[in-house]
Amino acid sequence: MSISRRKFLGWLAAAGLSTSVTRTARAATTQHFTGYPDSVGVLFDNTRCIGCRKCEAGCNKVNELAAPDQPFDDLAVLDNQRRTSARSYTVVNRYDQVNYLKGPLYRKIQCNHCLEPACASACFVRAFAKSKIGAVTYDETVCVGCRYCMIACPFEIPTYEYDNAITPRVMKCTLCYPRISKGLLPGCVESCPTEALTYAKREDLLQIARERIRRFPQRYVDHIYGEHEMGGTSWLYLSAVPFRQIGMREDLGVTPAPELTAGALSGVPIVVGMWPVLLTGIYAISKRKEKLASEEKELAVTTAVEQAEAAAEAKLAEALAQADEEKKKAIDIEVQKALEEAARPETEEAEKSETEEDS
Amino acid sequence: MSEDTAATGKSYFTPFNIIAGLIVIMGLVLTVIRFTGGLAATTNLSDYNPWGLWIGFDLLVGVALASGGYVTSAAVYLFGMKKYHSALRPAILTGFLGYALVVLALHYDVGRPLRLPYPFLVQQGTTSLLFEVGACVALYLTVLFVEFTPVPLEWLGFKRARNLVVKLTLLLTIFGVVLSTLHQSSLGALFLIAPSKLHPLWYSPYLPVYFFVSSIIAGLSMVIFESTLSGRFFKHKMDETHLAEKDTIALGFGKAASFVLAGYFIVKVIGISAGNNWHFLQTGYGAWFLVELLGFVALPCFLYAVGVRDKNVTLIKWTAVWTVLGVVINRFNVSMIAFNWHLPASERYFPHWMEIGISVFIVTVGLIIFKFIVNRMPILYEHPDYKSAH
Repeated sequence: MSISRRKFLGWLAAAGLSTSVTRTARAATTQHFTGYPDSVGVLFDNTRCIGCRKCEAGCNKVNELAAPDQPFDDLAVLDNQRRTSARSYTVVNRYDQVNYLKGPLYRKIQCNHCLEPACASACFVRAFAKSKIGAVTYDETVCVGCRYCMIACPFEIPTYEYDNAITPRVMKCTLCYPRISKGLLPGCVESCPTEALTYAKREDLLQIARERIRRFPQRYVDHIYGEHEMGGTSWLYLSAVPFRQIGMREDLGVTPAPELTAGALSGVPIVVGMWPVLLTGIYAISKRKEKLASEEKELAVTTAVEQAEAAAEAKLAEALAQADEEKKKAIDIEVQKALEEAARPETEEAEKSETEEDS
Repeated sequence: MSEDTAATGKSYFTPFNIIAGLIVIMGLVLTVIRFTGGLAATTNLSDYNPWGLWIGFDLLVGVALASGGYVTSAAVYLFGMKKYHSALRPAILTGFLGYALVVLALHYDVGRPLRLPYPFLVQQGTTSLLFEVGACVALYLTVLFVEFTPVPLEWLGFKRARNLVVKLTLLLTIFGVVLSTLHQSSLGALFLIAPSKLHPLWYSPYLPVYFFVSSIIAGLSMVIFESTLSGRFFKHKMDETHLAEKDTIALGFGKAASFVLAGYFIVKVIGISAGNNWHFLQTGYGAWFLVELLGFVALPCFLYAVGVRDKNVTLIKWTAVWTVLGVVINRFNVSMIAFNWHLPASERYFPHWMEIGISVFIVTVGLIIFKFIVNRMPILYEHPDYKSAH
């Protein structure tokens, strides 16, 4: 079953109009987001690609990008592996020696328009957005140029105008968002002469791809690249050879990018909420310890002072008692002395009178 | 600087001034090239390598090494370790300067620096870890500024304003620790979104924890390192308390650093186990990972412990330098060396000399301002009017 592009033009209108459905795509919900309903995509089938670079030319034209160093009909460019750049949203690479019987294979590279894009999740000004129609769009009027989107993108798609000193932009395929919104085909799809590119609703593309694999199991590897990679992408790929042989990473996993950071982000409010409690607690403990320590110190000082005072008093009392005793003794002695003294003259007088009487 | 030299009748052409002056001139020239020729004229950044030295060093290392401020203020004000009080002001000053320079450096790195407030004023990308980093760094820079204001206020003699700010100390400290926890960890979390680009030995769901814990290590070691440098170059500015507490600080912070390094070592090993990445240790990257883990985590942990046991302040000081170097290596590994490890050598990044030049320029600017302030304001001594007012 081969479906013409023309037929999909009709489908497109339906797809374009049915974007009024409101459903929010959010990171870290329990729901598994499988794309906006009726959003569109493109299926690339490398068994049909002839490496003519017409898609590159078409893309360059409709997006009004800078002219390339070598013209688009110069196929010698394919001798080198290329990637997207600020001057080319899409490039085609040739892979020799992967499929000896049927000659070289080609692979078209452009933004895959993830269902839950890493770039959009990473952007701190929300310059990227996944539109309801399926395109991941970029708003150059807010972009600060931090280039975190380029770090985040697992497909290494976004590029930067490094040589623009004043108003550099991130450059990447927009799925021709302005065109598809008007019901036109993306530039690359329109210029493909071999129907290697099929533009349709993503759900339909999956059906088409499965059907092709079912009908020609010897022609394709049994895998639709982009169905689940990084949570699914709007661009889908069929290949005659395993995808890693045409430079596509098979180790990206199926986790949508926002989920990779959801855990770290969820920690933020907890820290904001609990850290002040914890830290105030630590402060209170250290403060209390300090208070207890100073109280203990005070207590120790008072006790010491009291003890010292008591000891001093006791000593004083003792000394006083002793002094008293000594005084008493002294008085006694004095009294005794006085008495003795008083007694002596009497005896002396008596003796004297005695002697006087005697004489 | 100028005032000192004028006072002592020395020449302006001290070795420091000559070298710093030349670097500043070079930096200004490079600045002109950067803002007229664009990033392409000054950097080796590419579509594969959108982040280079200005993120890896100026942002990641800069923020990590400026963590002495929150670590010290938490120790003194929250944990009640008042004997480290004299480490506080130098740490807050370095923190404040560090963050201010990070923000300055970002103006060189981003494509449209005048739009840096956009994430707060125009559109908030709250799902981005970079938004969190930006918000926390902006707020924390403000907190550090307020925490630092008593110094110039004492210098200028505004007593009432100074006393008002001092009353906010506890609140600011708690706020500062919350913000630091968030953005130190978020700098690591930035890379969580790129498991396919960062080598598995460095990529871990625990990246935020690693960055936070290692920032404490960096903060403690930087305070020791700074006090060594201050003791050497600003001894004449230090009062008796500061001179007397210098070794106490080295011993206390060294002890804490040893403990935190031990914890860091353990969680790093747990990370390898959780990811079951042991087999990577046989590879070249594995050898480099072991250099980092054994040479710059386990070794300083041990050396700090020995230094504290033997009360060997010299050993502690050298260990602090080594540990700081280890944190630098870690940030370089995550952002540059182990990042994009899957790419062929021809696509890998190595900084342009002008990128290095700008980074050196920014560090030099920091040193000049630090010197200016320390020579004038009550950083390494207590202002006579506020003695033991804390």
